[in-house]
Amino acid sequence: MGEVRLRGFGWRHAGRRAWALRGVDLRVERGERVLLLGPSGAGKSTLLAALAGLLPEDSGEQEGTIEVDGRSPHAVRERVGIVFQDPQTQLVMARCGDDVAFGLENRAVPAEEIWPRVDEALARVGFRYHRDRPTAALSGGEQQRLALAGVLALRPGLLLLDEPTANLDPGGAALIRSAIADALDDDTTLILVEHRVAEALPLVDRVIVLEAGGGVRADGTPEAVFGTHGDALAADGVWVPGRTVSPRRAAAPAGDVLVTTERLGLPPRLADTDLEVRAGEALAVLGPNGAGKSTLALLLGGLLRPGTGRVAARPELADADARTPPHRWPAPALARRIGSVFQDPEHQFVTGTVFDELALGLRRTGASEATVWERVDQLLERLRLARLAGANPYTLSGGEARRLSVATALATAPRLLICDEPTFGQDRRTWRELVELFADLRDDGHGLVTVTHDAEFVAALADRTVTLDRPPTTRDGTAATEDGAIETAAGVPR
Amino acid sequence: MISLQPVGRPDAPLARRNPVAKLAAALLFTFALMATLDPVAPAIAIAVELAVLPLFGLRPRELVRRAWPLLAGAGGILVTLMLFAADRSGRVLLDAGPVVVTSGVLVTALGLVLRLFAVALPGVLVFATTDPTDLADALVQNARAPARFAIGALAAFRLLPLLGQEWQMITMARRARGVEAGRSPVARLRLFVSTAFTLLVGAIRRGTRLAVAMDARGFDAGVARTVARRQHFGTADWLLVVGATALAGAALGVSVALGTFRPLLG
Repeated sequence: MGEVRLRGFGWRHAGRRAWALRGVDLRVERGERVLLLGPSGAGKSTLLAALAGLLPEDSGEQEGTIEVDGRSPHAVRERVGIVFQDPQTQLVMARCGDDVAFGLENRAVPAEEIWPRVDEALARVGFRYHRDRPTAALSGGEQQRLALAGVLALRPGLLLLDEPTANLDPGGAALIRSAIADALDDDTTLILVEHRVAEALPLVDRVIVLEAGGGVRADGTPEAVFGTHGDALAADGVWVPGRTVSPRRAAAPAGDVLVTTERLGLPPRLADTDLEVRAGEALAVLGPNGAGKSTLALLLGGLLRPGTGRVAARPELADADARTPPHRWPAPALARRIGSVFQDPEHQFVTGTVFDELALGLRRTGASEATVWERVDQLLERLRLARLAGANPYTLSGGEARRLSVATALATAPRLLICDEPTFGQDRRTWRELVELFADLRDDGHGLVTVTHDAEFVAALADRTVTLDRPPTTRDGTAATEDGAIETAAGVPR
Repeated sequence: MISLQPVGRPDAPLARRNPVAKLAAALLFTFALMATLDPVAPAIAIAVELAVLPLFGLRPRELVRRAWPLLAGAGGILVTLMLFAADRSGRVLLDAGPVVVTSGVLVTALGLVLRLFAVALPGVLVFATTDPTDLADALVQNARAPARFAIGALAAFRLLPLLGQEWQMITMARRARGVEAGRSPVARLRLFVSTAFTLLVGAIRRGTRLAVAMDARGFDAGVARTVARRQHFGTADWLLVVGATALAGAALGVSVALGTFRPLLG
């Protein structure tokens, strides 16, 4: 069980001109542990979906052959298990045990065998809670661990993992990696797609790199692949381990204070926080999931009304409006001063083309049409989007959508830029571009606040870090407000 | 916030009946009452519904918390009828300028409010005491509903609370872009429509991802599913259905005997 054969395999989604994947020849034997890499858009997810039998024949065009255990993946679906990125859209049932049982019911496992197998699967992934626990009460890492249990309960011969840790904080990601390492037996073949190569390497014994235009670029042990192709892979955007990016330190000391917060909080999501944001400085906000980092970003961005304390803008940022808090400014005034980049780029898209998307903020803030064209053209060039000016924002790849969402926030030239997980799920190339772009902005005198789990990003860019703790919670799950002081650590990470 | 979880004591004698039995009993009770326009039958029905409250393990406070939209609706009916009722017959009770409240108006309004409560309360009782998972299981096992429908709806149900958060995120993301409706009603409507569209696009994407994940775990396998959680439909469940029908019949019977029965049709 768990043998994979591809001969000249290709797939083109219905309605697309380009092939998602083409000319792939591959053999994976039973029990192998494979890390599947490739630049963004090389068709990694498509390949996993094809192996899982999740590409219906009428949903596109196939070339060559693809076989699991010598048969079409559609015919052996029960031998293949797949775990996706987003835990929210993988869990089906309201209680943990029921969710693991869901797949067993579908596969017509006799009723008396279901619960023993549920308990066994939960034990294999190291799940700590009773099976009656509500799935909604789990953290992202635990939800993902539960999704893994749901797949393992079906005893697949081939296990496919499509960026299973991409949505998780470092703690949650480590939880999943240890669960994978402990839960696999020798007969199970593993194919893993993962951006964070260094962390994934202990789980695998073989690395396969897909070529962006089609075919297989490299295949072998991690040492062989990274030894021979390391430089070229890194240039293509693959996260080759052991290659750090030289940090971009601030060219000048931080300038004026732009914004301060005084005991700013929003119970139960964020405990009271005091900090200041300066021009010409990159500030990184760190902390575990649930510490309220995203909430802090929204409050600083003038998008949420504070529950306690206040956000005070200085005249350097807001001129005469400095007396009113940012959340009461009219939207165009806000967009000229504070730009916000959301975790999910698609939340921010309003129009039908990339060009209009960039022009929107400028037009809203009353720029002349000539200025709009000039500024939009600059941004399109700067963020490698010129080729896509007429494309619909919803059709962009992850990296393109991220670059566009940053560009839209920059269009109105705000002095302060707030970003929530801007590097999340990005390949190395986009990642480096973001570091360069943010560093340039800082050196031009912009203030930059980044909420992030990405330690390398912090090391490459941040001048100062603030670490939030989880708000203390009382027994019924609501946060206590009086004693919610947080630790503020200053210093340059290295 | 939409609350989906059951309230009250789950081991109360009627709360732990089979969900399909509870649903059937509520439907039969409700349909019988819809047959008449008089105030007596609904009044008896409400008395019955409140009397069985402890059997469902519900405290009055929990019922009010679940049923407050009904109270609001009832208030709306009262006010509307007092202001706009065409039939102003009967004794004048209150004469305040343009608003004339007569006994006829009051009887009509109270009759409507009683009917609203009598018809809606059984549903409130059932859904306040039934776990959605149990309902889906029972629908599949005892009412032969297709699993694709019942379990699919259950899974979609879980994503509902996310829509509220999503709406808030989209609105904030737009404000950050300088997009805000301000005071103009036209701009407000346009922004509402475009926010709803973005929400819909996101909901469809999430729904598609969930459907793919469910199929990847064999939901579309086409073999007869087994069930991990067995739902029993026993004598006590039949008794609940029969009892509900009998009580509704009795309420109608009293109404006929008192001569107040006014059939909905004919």
